[in-house]
Amino acid sequence: MAMTNAAAPRFAIRTRTPVSTIAAVCCVVLVVVLAALPFFAGRSVMQNMFFILTMLSLAQFWNLLAGYSGLISVGQQAFVGLGAYLLFAWTILGGVDPVLAIVLSGAIAALVALPTSFLVFRLKGAYFAVGTWVVAEVFRLILAQVKILGGGTGTALPKEATNDAAFVQWIVQMTGERAAVARDKADYWLALILAIGAIGLVYGLLRSRRGLALAAIRDNEAASGSVGVDATRMKRLVYVVSAFGAGMTGALIYLAKARISPDAAFSLIDWTAFVFFIVIIGGIATIEGPIVGVLIFWLIQNELSSFGSVYLMLLGALAIIVMLFFPKGVWGTLAERFDLHLFPIRRSLEFASAAGDPKSSPAVEEEISHD
Amino acid sequence: MTAIFDTILQGVLLGGLYALFAAGLALIFGVMRLVNLAHGDLIVLAAYLILLIANALHLGIILSFLIALPLMFAAGYVLQAGLLNRVIGNDILVPLLTTFGLSIILQNAMLTGFSADSRRLTTDGIETASLPLFNGMAIGIMPLLTFAAAVGVIVALNQLFYRTALGRAFRAVSDDPVTARLMGIDDKQLFAIAMGVALTVCTIAALFLGLRANFDPTIGPGRLIFAFEAVIIGGLGSLWGTLAGGVILGVAQTIGASINPEWQLLAGHLAFLVVLAVAPRGLFPRAVD
Repeated sequence: MAMTNAAAPRFAIRTRTPVSTIAAVCCVVLVVVLAALPFFAGRSVMQNMFFILTMLSLAQFWNLLAGYSGLISVGQQAFVGLGAYLLFAWTILGGVDPVLAIVLSGAIAALVALPTSFLVFRLKGAYFAVGTWVVAEVFRLILAQVKILGGGTGTALPKEATNDAAFVQWIVQMTGERAAVARDKADYWLALILAIGAIGLVYGLLRSRRGLALAAIRDNEAASGSVGVDATRMKRLVYVVSAFGAGMTGALIYLAKARISPDAAFSLIDWTAFVFFIVIIGGIATIEGPIVGVLIFWLIQNELSSFGSVYLMLLGALAIIVMLFFPKGVWGTLAERFDLHLFPIRRSLEFASAAGDPKSSPAVEEEISHD
Repeated sequence: MTAIFDTILQGVLLGGLYALFAAGLALIFGVMRLVNLAHGDLIVLAAYLILLIANALHLGIILSFLIALPLMFAAGYVLQAGLLNRVIGNDILVPLLTTFGLSIILQNAMLTGFSADSRRLTTDGIETASLPLFNGMAIGIMPLLTFAAAVGVIVALNQLFYRTALGRAFRAVSDDPVTARLMGIDDKQLFAIAMGVALTVCTIAALFLGLRANFDPTIGPGRLIFAFEAVIIGGLGSLWGTLAGGVILGVAQTIGASINPEWQLLAGHLAFLVVLAVAPRGLFPRAVD
């Protein structure tokens, strides 16, 4: 960055756009509304929103892996299930408060992901995908052997971790509602925090220097290495962060379900296939994509899930059709058409004029983003 | 001592079945760098097809199998020409997720069409026949035939790859698709033929799968994982390596099962992870991907 004119910088790098500023304001309003939702919405809304928010969290973390880092995992159910089982272990065996147990479960899932990454990173591309699946199977089979957590048939959470948990009892005292209703609200608030945290974490990572490194790796791994990006280290970081997210989400989902079995907690369909669908339909490698995708998925599921097998066939077919004809998904296609970026990660370079005012010169946009 | 020998022998023969699962997967990856996540479901589909032909035409299993072979070849050709040729390319996401979607469609289509009941292919008695060995040990005819079929398939595929013009074209496309196209090779058609051959091999695998054990529409992904593990343990690019990979997987599973029946699958997966840790390119690698 050797500048000939040291007096004033001749360019500025911006990521913000007028649309994104409006979007940020709308986001704040939306978050406030969502946070207040339990005060005026009924139980079924809470439960639907819980489903939407937890699936959104999973989709954001899978998108970080597959969309932004090229690590296509078919095995995120490994960390969903592990996080879920860890929650049961913390609360049943350790008597830990469930809210704390969610964070601890995520942290341990991340800790387990670190050595796991050394194994699965030996496989490249599509083989990496199947390798992650094997890891998920190994976790499932091992946890099915843990008799103290119910073995192959599973187990249920004690009352201390559900209706009698401190957080739930606090809501009961504040609102005077039944514990079951208060629990739905507690789960909802936790899911909201998790989803906002997931979006914030992924967006923050992409806006940082590491995000630039990820973009460089994705565009050309060899070239990124030549400018000093340690691709393997970056990918490992992303893998561990995604495991942390999936672990916490899994823990929260099963805190709400209060009942666990190995086959359900490590379900390929529930925690990976649906997440694929959400990200693909919404638009891979965008923050907005999973948000749009999860709403579409929820609508489809509401309408059609009673059809069972036919519903799943339809989801599979729809995903294939979208991939063939609209590979950028609903949001990606719209964003391209109208140049919409609510969560911009594209850096644009604005040159200063002689007067040194960046705004008075035409902006030169340089594509160093993921689009 | 006899028990240990017996366990290992059963494992080796089980490895033959896994090599049959794996051969088609390895073939497709070798020719077009595609990892077909629907591979296991296609094997199960072939098993149902054999059953369907046998029931519809009141034929024996072997005759039905012979009819299923060309049908599955055609299915593979159409699948590749109609769908998969559109998605293969430099990007790995699209082909991977397409075959994943296909896997879900196939599983649920089979659930709808054939119900979740487990089925079996039966002939008159060959499944239970066995050859007596020393010390009161016996060896099942069916496992032995499975292993022989695996060896036969690998010999045949090697002949195809290294002795025929088609095989030369396969290898050319695999090594350098651009140059192969310049030499007048129609790679898309070649890929369709390769998928046809792979599904023919899947049908052979399906025959032995169905004769040896029960199957239902949901077991496909599990078969894909065994196939994948056999390929990786053996090392990419070598069909004999794939047989060795299948044998190692089979032996690990039978040893695990002999200690505790619930450990069969886990022992196989752990053997795979150990090989991945100590020899990431597999035990007999030939290709450099």
